[in-house]
This record gives sequence, C-alpha cells and structure tokens, in this order.
Amino acid sequence: MKPAKTIASLPPIDDAVRAAVLDVTVRLKDQPGALLPVLHGVQNALGYVPEEAIPLIAREMNLSRADVHGVVSFYHFFRMHPAGKRTIYLCRAESCQSMGAAKLEQHIKQRLGVDFHETTTDGAWTLEPVYCLGNCACSPAMMVDDELKGRVTPESFDAWLLETK
Amino acid sequence: MSMTVYVPRDASALSLGADAVAKAIEAEAACRNLDVRIVRNGSRGVYWLEPMVEVETPTGRVAYGPVQPTDVMGLFDADFLHGGVDVLNLGLTEEIPWLKSQQRLTFARAGIVDPRSLDDYLAHDGYRGLAAALKMEPSAIVQAVTDSGLRGRGGAAFPAGIKWKTCLDAAADQKYIVCNADEGDSGTFSDRMIMEGDPFVLIEGMTIAGLAVGATRGYIYLRIEYPHAQRALEAAIEAARARGYLGDNVCGSGKAFHLEVRMAAGAYICGEETSLLESLEGKRGQVRFKPPLPAIQGLFGKPTVINNVITLATVPIILDRGAPFYRDYGMGKSRGTLPLQLAGNVKQPGLVERAFGLTLRELIEGYGGGTASGRPVRAVQVGGPLGAYIPATQLDTPIDYEAFAAIGGMVGHGGVVVFDDTVDMAAQARFAMEFCAIESCGKCTPCRIGSTRGVEVIDRIVAGDAAEKARNEAVLRDLCQTMVAGSLCALGGMAPFPVLSALDHFHKDFEGAKQKALP
Repeated sequence: MKPAKTIASLPPIDDAVRAAVLDVTVRLKDQPGALLPVLHGVQNALGYVPEEAIPLIAREMNLSRADVHGVVSFYHFFRMHPAGKRTIYLCRAESCQSMGAAKLEQHIKQRLGVDFHETTTDGAWTLEPVYCLGNCACSPAMMVDDELKGRVTPESFDAWLLETK
Repeated sequence: MSMTVYVPRDASALSLGADAVAKAIEAEAACRNLDVRIVRNGSRGVYWLEPMVEVETPTGRVAYGPVQPTDVMGLFDADFLHGGVDVLNLGLTEEIPWLKSQQRLTFARAGIVDPRSLDDYLAHDGYRGLAAALKMEPSAIVQAVTDSGLRGRGGAAFPAGIKWKTCLDAAADQKYIVCNADEGDSGTFSDRMIMEGDPFVLIEGMTIAGLAVGATRGYIYLRIEYPHAQRALEAAIEAARARGYLGDNVCGSGKAFHLEVRMAAGAYICGEETSLLESLEGKRGQVRFKPPLPAIQGLFGKPTVINNVITLATVPIILDRGAPFYRDYGMGKSRGTLPLQLAGNVKQPGLVERAFGLTLRELIEGYGGGTASGRPVRAVQVGGPLGAYIPATQLDTPIDYEAFAAIGGMVGHGGVVVFDDTVDMAAQARFAMEFCAIESCGKCTPCRIGSTRGVEVIDRIVAGDAAEKARNEAVLRDLCQTMVAGSLCALGGMAPFPVLSALDHFHKDFEGAKQKALP
C-alpha cells in the first residue's frame, strides 16, 4: 500500500497560514479551474499569498509548485508580501492622465513618502498603480481598498488623508 | 404616503459621495417626520450631474443634481419631495436634453430600476427576450442575433451571430457561455454601469445565449477592480436562481443554465478572449494560438461562446423586439446602437448611447460641452489604450467601425478620452509602449521585448538632437511594424497605433530636448 502523503513532506509552514490555506482549499479546490478562486481566498484571509503557502496550495490542488508560483507571480493583484493596513490604488491610465493624474501621482508619492508597490514606514498605507478603475467620467480616480474616489485633487487627497487618520 | 427618492449606488456616484447624500436624506426625513423610501438605483450615466437624486412625482421623476450632503437640508426646505423648485432642480429626468436625445436600447433600464429587485426588472419589460427565446428553436435564436447585425462590443466587432452559429454547430457533451467583464480599457465604463445598474439584463442575455447554443453553464469573468459590480451581480444571480430563472430548469423549460461570477486578478491581457479562458482554467493568462477558435475548443477544451458584457446585454432586446427593430438603427455595416463612454478632459462626461453614425464632434462638443479645462481639444483617444490618437482636424469622422478603420483608428469598446492642448503626445506615445511592457503576457517576442525597446527609443528621440531623432524615428517605425505584423494578439499588435498616430499627427511633440533648446 502506498503511504499516505503527510504534511511532514512539506517545508515548514506557520500554523495560521496552514489553517487558512486548508480552510480555502477544502471549500474550493474541486470546482473547475479553481486556482484563482483559491488564491483570492488565501489573499482574503491573510492579506497576501505567503511564499511558504505555495507548496501546500500546490499539494492540495495536485499541481506543481512552479505552476502555482507562476500563477501568483503573473497577476498584478496577488502579492507575496504583506501590504499596509490599507491600500491605495491610484489610476495611471489615459483618462486620468488627461485630468492631471501625473501631478496627483507625484503629490501622493511625496506626501506618503513612498513609490509604487511600497508601504509607508508606519505600515498604514501601501501605494499601488492601477490601469483604469472604470471611473473615467470622474477622473482622476483612486480606490482605497474597495472604496472608489473620483475627481481627486492634491488638495482633496490631503484633506481626505487628514480626516482618515 | 411614502415618498420614493432615488439615490444611485453606482460606483462612480459613490465616488462622488452618493452614500453620504443618501444618509443625509434619511436623517433629514427622520428629523422632519417624513415617510421617505430611498431606492438605490444605478446611474443614468449623466456623471457630470452625479450624485443625481430623483424624486417620484405624479408627472414623473424629477431630478436634482449634483447633490452634496450639505445641500440636503435646502432640498427639503424647497419641498423637493414634491418636485419643489431649487437651484439644483433639473426638471423631469426624461426631459433632460442630454438624456432625451439618446437612443437607449441596451441601457433602457440603467438608472431607472432598482438593480437588486427582480420584480422591478420584470415590471420594466425584463425577461421578455427570454420568454420569446424559450418558444424558439436554437437555430432561430442564433438567426435572430445574426439578422440583428449585432457585432462584438468588446472591441473586435466580430458578428455575434456567426460566433454563436459556430458554437451551435460544434457537437459536445458540454458547452459554455463566458462573459468577458474584464473591462480594462481606459475611458470605458459601460460594462460596469450595466452590471451595477441592470445586472439582470446580462443574466438574461447569457441565459438566451445558453439556450441558443446548447450551453448549460456560464461564467462571468469580472475584473477585480469592480467590487461594486461583483456585489450587484451576485445578488442578482441569487435572486434569479431563487425564482427559477437560473438553475436546472430555467422557467420550467426543462433546460438548465447555471451562472457563476469569477474574479480576475488585475491582468489587462485577460481581456483578450483566449487569455481570459486560460485564466478561468486557473492558469497564467497567456494568449492561445488560434485556431482552434474558442467557439470550437474554448473553456476546458469545450465549445464556448465568449462575448463582452454589452454584446450579451443587448441580446434580450433583440429577442424581445425582433432583429429588424435593432438593425434599423445605425449605418453601413455597423448596426444598432453603441453605448459611448465620454471621458477624460470633458465638461459633461458620461454614457451616451446612440445609433452608429454620430460624429466625434457631435459627441464631444454636443454632449461633452467641450473640455473641462476650457482649453481647445487637441487629441482624442478612441477605443482604449490601444486606440489611435485622433487629431482635432478629424473630429468629423462618424463613429462607425468602418469609418474609423479608414482613418487608422478603431471604435473598440466605445471609450472616448479627450485631451486638451496641454497634452504632450510624445509622453502619451511613451505611455502606450510602457503600458504594453507592463501588461504583456510574455508569450510572443514582438510584444514582450518590442514594447520595452519602444520606451527606450522614444526616450532617445525626445532626449536627442535632430539627427538622433531622425535615426531613432526610423527605428521606432520599424519596431512598430514588427509588433503590428508579428504579435500574437491585439495587445502587441495594436499598442503601436497610439504611438504611430502620435508620431504622424503630432510630430512636433517629439522634437528632442536639444532641438527645442536651439534659438
């Protein structure tokens, strides 16, 4: 009889990460094309897809680690490192450009002291670029977690930041 | 008697403070002991007047906008619940000229109905297309779509009926309907508006497609940037399932149709149909070679109809009113209406659904009211980040697939982004290449490498002197030609269009820094 695969055959993994991954895979892994829903589930639960989760996801989904890593790294939305408490997605696309997005981008980077893909030192904000939020009639736009904002100006950004703090 | 007030829950309206307005109305009504029922509708697409509040009166709905929470007390003082006069009063919504002159077929209900209410949908002619389709043979449904002249609204403009016929004729134990809701083009938001404002029409369209080609399962591949649309769709799917419009036995017909929303993960390329299918299968979103066509071997290797949101959401009205009704709108080979999305630097942005044939000038000057900045229009990008930049001298081009192709542009998904005369077209050209480099799936070399080289060459053109510029311009044109001819899909194949159009029409912007420094 073939010995059952045990968790011991996997590299060490944090208990909380393991529990979160298994909770998602048990629910979702049997639907067709389950990898994206599974990764969304893991990122929802943990805020990111930790490197150490990949071997476990691969085993649960009967995929190679390379397959899973390839998918996680392909999509801009999946992150392999934790983000700040809240994430600002700033639109860089053409419609927002036509309404001064480049100036706004500069202002926000300076104000928060970070570049794109970076987190402020206090861990409060992560800044990510995004290419269109579908709010082009109210450009320039940004989304904070899942809260959309339109006609953002450097001044309104500062006012909002003060209010939020 | 309870008064009905409409405050949109459309994401764009929310981004301008619609939630705070709804709360303020609720609080003020409670304060004054008035019985007010707030309906959270979708947006009518008059975004320059959002948040636009409407009140039900005996003569029709009266609109007020743009309303901020601080305006609410004044509105109550002016008795807006009975259509009272106020500076924000816009009169009857249906009579606002910007809306009245439109021809809303696909968007007939958007902004009018409560998107969470199936009863409201049914009360506004909803599910009449499905009722008609259930009485028809599959081939007759496909024929109706073919006869209507409906072409894919995602951008490629391929006749929907032909796609459906190919899938219908393919024999298989399982077929799929996939809705491409990965609306990634800048300047477009019509998919989002339909999904948030009238989600049942998309569900109905997909169900009809399922009946037409014999597919029992459907997926809506929705971009992650649209959380509001996700909530609206999931609520609508649940409501439709509970009432037997989805499931094993659609409306008691004995035919099954199951529908599910799948979230994307922020890759622009997944709006390309074969890459989208890869993504749905749980893989990297890399483009597939064609053939085989998705209609023959699509999702999980099975015959699949994959259409854009607007294409599928237009099917119900075609089945309900008949193919000739739809076909009679439009011009040439572009039949029906196109929901245009007017965005960017424009005074009155929003959604304009009109028959094909409207000119860009009528759209931008008539509906748009010129630029928001008040400066002259210099360039217009139509069709998203891969669309050509059209100079102000070509604004009289009618919006029609063939007329646009004739001037080297494309209508695409109908997004129109206006730029004023402060735009630096060399920077826009550079951005097109940069965007292609960021979003390339990496499968084919012209797109993966060409886009990065494109950015570098444009940088050299802008930084160099006249001789340097001439040398590098030749390289850039050659590179663009390689990308157009050698790329596997439209991303690499069309990213050169904005670049070349900028070079051709706005040559001066590429003058190098050294050239500009000369006296």
